[in-house]
Amino acid sequence: MRRIRAAAVGAVTLSLVLTAAACGGGSSGSEGSNEQPKTLTYWASNQGANLEFDKKVLQPELDKFEKETGIKVKLEVVPWSDLLNRILTATTSGQGPDVLNIGNTWSASLQATGALLPWDAEKLKTIGGRDRFVESALGSTGVQGQDPAAVPLYSMAYALYYNKKLFAEAGIAEPPATWDELAAAGKKLTAKGHNGLGAEGSNLSNNIHQVFVLGKQHGADFFTPDGKPDFTSDGAVAAVKQYVDLMAEQKIVAPGNAEYAQNQSLSDFAKDKTGMVLWQTASATFKAQGMNDDEWGVAPAPVQSGEPGPGKATNSMVAGINMAVFKNTKNIDGAKKFVNFMTSEEEQVILNKAYGSIPPVKAAQEDPAFNTPALAVLRETLASSATALPQVPEESQFETVVGTAVKELFAEAAAGRPVTTESVRAKLEKAQQQMPKN
Amino acid sequence: MTLTAAPDTGERKARKSSPGAPRTRRSGRLRRISLPYLLLLPALLLELLVHLVPMVIGIAVSFKELTQFYIRDWTTAPWAGLDNYSLAVDFDAPVGEALLNSFITTCLFTVLSVGLCWLLGAAAAIFMQESFRGRGFLRTLFLVPYALPVYAAVITWAFMFQRDNGLINHVVHDQLGLTDSPPFWLIGDNSFVALLVVSVWKGWPFAFLIIMAGLQNIPREIYEAAALDGAGVWQQVRRITLPSLRPVNQVLVLVLFLWTFNDFNTPFVLFGEAAPEAADLISLHIYQSSFQTWNFGTGSAMSVLLLLFLLVVTGVYLLLTSRGRKASDA
Repeated sequence: MRRIRAAAVGAVTLSLVLTAAACGGGSSGSEGSNEQPKTLTYWASNQGANLEFDKKVLQPELDKFEKETGIKVKLEVVPWSDLLNRILTATTSGQGPDVLNIGNTWSASLQATGALLPWDAEKLKTIGGRDRFVESALGSTGVQGQDPAAVPLYSMAYALYYNKKLFAEAGIAEPPATWDELAAAGKKLTAKGHNGLGAEGSNLSNNIHQVFVLGKQHGADFFTPDGKPDFTSDGAVAAVKQYVDLMAEQKIVAPGNAEYAQNQSLSDFAKDKTGMVLWQTASATFKAQGMNDDEWGVAPAPVQSGEPGPGKATNSMVAGINMAVFKNTKNIDGAKKFVNFMTSEEEQVILNKAYGSIPPVKAAQEDPAFNTPALAVLRETLASSATALPQVPEESQFETVVGTAVKELFAEAAAGRPVTTESVRAKLEKAQQQMPKN
Repeated sequence: MTLTAAPDTGERKARKSSPGAPRTRRSGRLRRISLPYLLLLPALLLELLVHLVPMVIGIAVSFKELTQFYIRDWTTAPWAGLDNYSLAVDFDAPVGEALLNSFITTCLFTVLSVGLCWLLGAAAAIFMQESFRGRGFLRTLFLVPYALPVYAAVITWAFMFQRDNGLINHVVHDQLGLTDSPPFWLIGDNSFVALLVVSVWKGWPFAFLIIMAGLQNIPREIYEAAALDGAGVWQQVRRITLPSLRPVNQVLVLVLFLWTFNDFNTPFVLFGEAAPEAADLISLHIYQSSFQTWNFGTGSAMSVLLLLFLLVVTGVYLLLTSRGRKASDA
């Protein structure tokens, strides 16, 4: 009996302790603290061919940082499929990393949560000031007029990658510069039994990047200047239709691409099945797929006029990764030091070289490593003809609802059903009605 | 529960007759009465913590306008009254229409999946009742889908369902020539079939296992007697096996129904973040309505509606089946 009573008392105590522990641990101060000055947790996004590759690239640099400052950085490379959910969870619970990478298009959405440390002028000074960074990359760090929610770390841009062997077979001498030329080249390729252009019809983010750029070329933004969704303007409808028509009407995108979402189009390209892809910073992926650097070429993504530039001649979104500090950090000074380290000229060269991206830090761009023909195209695009996706808090929702609409239209095109201006408009109308009302 | 309580009452009766001072007896009685509750307390508290508290918070959130502006501290989100609910059940507007569509899809999917799982499981269990060479091997083989980790299994299915390189189309189109062009399985209308196939493949071994266990309790003599009376195999199944399995089936169907109706992993792994309309199961739909569009208030409202629906279905089902059982017992 005594033993049972002891067990009961033990069980009750244990459960009370558990309850108390679970209820405790709320969020701490709002601007970070320096309670744990010797360690940092860092969530890196997946930039290389796989998570292991990233660890191999980053770990030596983190060791270097530890040697310099005595701060140990615990690294976790988070796959893209989990990153945003992990950040949302961390935001809700207040238990997150100290420093993290975010897709730059999420900047405004995450800024609205108030979970990220704003980089006011004073804080920017600790990492060398605003002027060190390329202007287009800074344009994708949060809502205009507010302090940036993050600082640029890697920059990327879209370009037209073409398979040299298939181009030679089809007798295409020059990479296409306009959409008409692209369609013509695609038809020559399909006549030879290859796929003209690759697409990732079920990849929502990629769908958004493509239709956003086409929207710009049709003079449409997907948001009004005061940040209201505007998905059904004539320009937006024309942009979405033009993209889906590459499969539905031009038939230069193979129907099978409608279900692609895991870079299968890049693997088709590397396997000499597809002649062209519109992609961002694809060189590392091609290499991982076993393709030599001299087997593919790169040209600016097409525009109506053939001459990329600002406004209607936009041919890329500003793609890239930003680095942010979590407001709940327990090592605010260390976090700033780490951001300073990662955006230093030396680290920018090492990291961007490893990932095949462009450094958003001007001084680092001078390095000859970024002057290869492939990277020169991307650098030029970022400097002169790339536009940031809408910097509005609802950007993330926009990606989901419009990206899904494009996915569904691709599915219809793949099934051989007609895609008309009306059907595109109806899908976009439905997407717009799903946006939260403010 | 009733089983564990039975020996306790027996013990109590025995103890009552034993002599002792009235005070000790009273405190001893108190101790005996409170002991079970005391021992249940940890489980109760954990249940509260793991299930009930989040549920209550979820219900509270469903009355709030919880978007990304407030997730850092959800208590500061403004109250939305019944707005989230009216948005979810306004079937003329896209959000409500999509929810209704998803609900109908889920109901159809659940009925078909549970029905097929049960049918396959029952058929296999009945055929394997007789002992024959290789029975143990087949039993193990049939349980493999149930033992495999869901993610690994469904990812493999997703590969097999690919249009251009998948195994399914290789067989259906390339080898058997059943279709003019290779069909899509992961987008468009066929995605419902794909989802159903994976769900049944994953779920039927459980039905098989449970029914097989239930069959062990049916005495062989009944079958022998029936055979002597001239009953065929089909009559034996209909008149002996199925009625004897009734209590087992009752629980099995309920559990399968709840699992299938709430299944999230299968569609999520198969279709990714945006399921095709034809296979837009409700749990994935709610996930998308909350996590993808960051509108946790509306998502919670939909979850509460789903919870109510499942409670009603479960309640009615238990009421009907227990009434049926009482009638058959009487």
